[in-house]
Amino acid sequence: MTDTMKHTLLFVFVGVLILAEGATDFLFFSGSWNSALVILNMGLISAIMAIGVNIQWGFAGLFNVGIMGFTALGGLAVVLTSTPVIPEAWSSGGVSIVMALVMGALTVVSGVMITKFMAPGKARMLVLAAVMIVGFFVYRAIFDPAVGSVEAINPALQGNIGGLGLPVLLAWPAGGLLAAGAAWLIGKTALGLRSDYLAIATLGIAEIILAVLKNEDWLSRGVKNVVGLPRPLPYEVDLQNDPAFVESAAGFGMDPVLASTIYVKAGYALLFTAVLLAFLWMAQMALKSPWGRMMRAIRDNETAAEAMGKDVTRRHLQIFVLGSAICGIAGAMMTTLDSQLTPGTYNPLRFTFLIWVMVIVGGSGNNFGAVLGGMLIWFFWIKVEPMGILLMELVTSGMAEGSELKAHLLASASHMRLFTMGLILLLVLRFSPRGLIPEK
Amino acid sequence: MDLLNALVALTNFVVIPGLAYGSQLALGALGVTLIYGILRFSNFAHGDTMAFGAMVTILFTWAFQSMGISFGVLPTALLALPFGIAGTILLALLTDRTVYRFYREQKAKPVIFVMVSLGVMFMMNGLVRFIIGPGDQRFADGERFIIKARTFKQMTGLNEGLAIKTTQGITVITAIIVVAVLFWFLNKTRTGKSMRAYSDNEDLALLSGINPERVVMYTWMIVAALATIAGVLYGLDKSFKPFTYFQLLLPIFASAIVGGLGNPLGAIAGGFIIAFSEVTITYAWKKVLNYSLPDSLAPDGLVQLLSTDYKFAVSFAILIVVLLFKPTGLFKGKAV
Repeated sequence: MTDTMKHTLLFVFVGVLILAEGATDFLFFSGSWNSALVILNMGLISAIMAIGVNIQWGFAGLFNVGIMGFTALGGLAVVLTSTPVIPEAWSSGGVSIVMALVMGALTVVSGVMITKFMAPGKARMLVLAAVMIVGFFVYRAIFDPAVGSVEAINPALQGNIGGLGLPVLLAWPAGGLLAAGAAWLIGKTALGLRSDYLAIATLGIAEIILAVLKNEDWLSRGVKNVVGLPRPLPYEVDLQNDPAFVESAAGFGMDPVLASTIYVKAGYALLFTAVLLAFLWMAQMALKSPWGRMMRAIRDNETAAEAMGKDVTRRHLQIFVLGSAICGIAGAMMTTLDSQLTPGTYNPLRFTFLIWVMVIVGGSGNNFGAVLGGMLIWFFWIKVEPMGILLMELVTSGMAEGSELKAHLLASASHMRLFTMGLILLLVLRFSPRGLIPEK
Repeated sequence: MDLLNALVALTNFVVIPGLAYGSQLALGALGVTLIYGILRFSNFAHGDTMAFGAMVTILFTWAFQSMGISFGVLPTALLALPFGIAGTILLALLTDRTVYRFYREQKAKPVIFVMVSLGVMFMMNGLVRFIIGPGDQRFADGERFIIKARTFKQMTGLNEGLAIKTTQGITVITAIIVVAVLFWFLNKTRTGKSMRAYSDNEDLALLSGINPERVVMYTWMIVAALATIAGVLYGLDKSFKPFTYFQLLLPIFASAIVGGLGNPLGAIAGGFIIAFSEVTITYAWKKVLNYSLPDSLAPDGLVQLLSTDYKFAVSFAILIVVLLFKPTGLFKGKAV
């Protein structure tokens, strides 16, 4: 069997799994097309994130464990771009907030300038400290009252500065831009450090981004969540009230409620597939181009690449920004799909490390591998829970009814997820370190 | 008198919590730094090793409590600690045997080890959640305070109270004992010396007949013990929740890196630097300033530099600053 055959069969296998989810309720399948489409949609988004990580790790060997932060920034972009404009917020404090942020940025920039242009020594330290401290207090003095007045506006529904009222699809590239900006800042400081320092730095930045989203209520309403974000597709209720839609659903012999839910989810699936294919094509082109070959050369031997005149740090920065932007776009797509931003639900195990499992299982360095890993691991992430419950029922079937151990085992079955993902990662790393679809 | 009140308030809200938290971080960072020095990779599973150790200890604590065994005024968990350490050592050795040894024989790159430790992290995290659940567990018992705020006020006649929790006292004392024993072990015993030799120069150590597998085994045992002690102390002082332990990874790594990875002394210093910066920057200074400044200068606001939710940002900022200006850490760590 040729490799191409094998790889096609792997994709067919994932397709069959998702089709089976919709068609049959045998074992752990649910037999609901809605559930199949939900898995498919998140699988597509996961595949895009996996492409982003694969560009950083597979192409350039950068170890980024801050994916959660970039995903969350993408989500924030949806709020900032697509929610309606709140004029009161801008008249009361929005302008001051922007001014305060500019002040803060200026302080940091002048700090960088001072370190760059003054000779090292006590004088530099003193000036730097003075600028930083004064800048911080000025920033807080402008920022705090402005935030108070913005958060006081209709706090039950808004209490944040709102958005720009633009179409929600524009939020996707905006999410990419936001993530790219953050990645540039991090890359500027942390790239060039050793690989595990970069890992710790990205881990930290992701936690900080999340802390900002959770606590800065003026920006994202914090843990009060932003719900009811605009959608690119019609609402199910509107479809059900649309006589033309009901008629065509009846033509297929479908109940209008079911038809409308499937119509919307299938619409998302089409949109996401289009984005995924675009990124896959771009990533493939980049991989085959001289640029991609240079990246792999840098990955395999930095010193040799540097000797050939390649600016390693710059190239690393470039690819770090690109990969993070893709994760940001995927994050914006996910928030659009949920049509709500819930900062409390972001968890590094799910949004960072699971993506890593996807990339490694799929095959790092291979874009098709990343896509396969994304879809496959996402399916198992969802399905490990019902599988675990089935397994536990089997294990405990011999135990006495009402025994404490049996109750505990059945209740804890849902925690099998993380354990299984770890096991899969370790098995792949040990027995097939190049993944399901290895790099060519 | 006012100055005394300011001092007491400062001790109560900054110095004592900082000392306790710093000791916990230092113990955690020692584990990370030992793994880095000897096995030469950043162990992402360390937070979850701490959670596992704390969990085993909690299970034994509950067993003792149900049997009616107690440790008087001290928490029962201290009696259960040796069992927790034993359990964690078993797990660490098992993980090394089944997972890490293969890559050591392959001479895999450090970043592969980090990936592998991610897998181990997932599995341990799942295991802990599976056994004890994801929720909060409190297991501290015995006397709650060494000094109560009210008793202190009555004793001294000051306005400000000083409260020292038993768990804070135990944390600091245990940390001192553990660090003393560890340094004695590393500097005086044959095994400790061979560990240091192996960490400094692997080839020379091998040449002089040191058995690497033995060194690695002892390292895992010590790291498991340190992780369990750190995990139990943290759980006693605050509360046990698996996810919090995962989040401790960041300040612990920051401590180890700030001090210089691979340098035990640096890990301890780093732990206290990170802990005190977190506490001082997120503390509302209003009270202390009100006491120490004349009335005309008394501040209006809380004088809190950052809200406590940003404590990660503090350890992160210190980490970045140290890395930019002194890439091997304050105490000359090693760079692989």
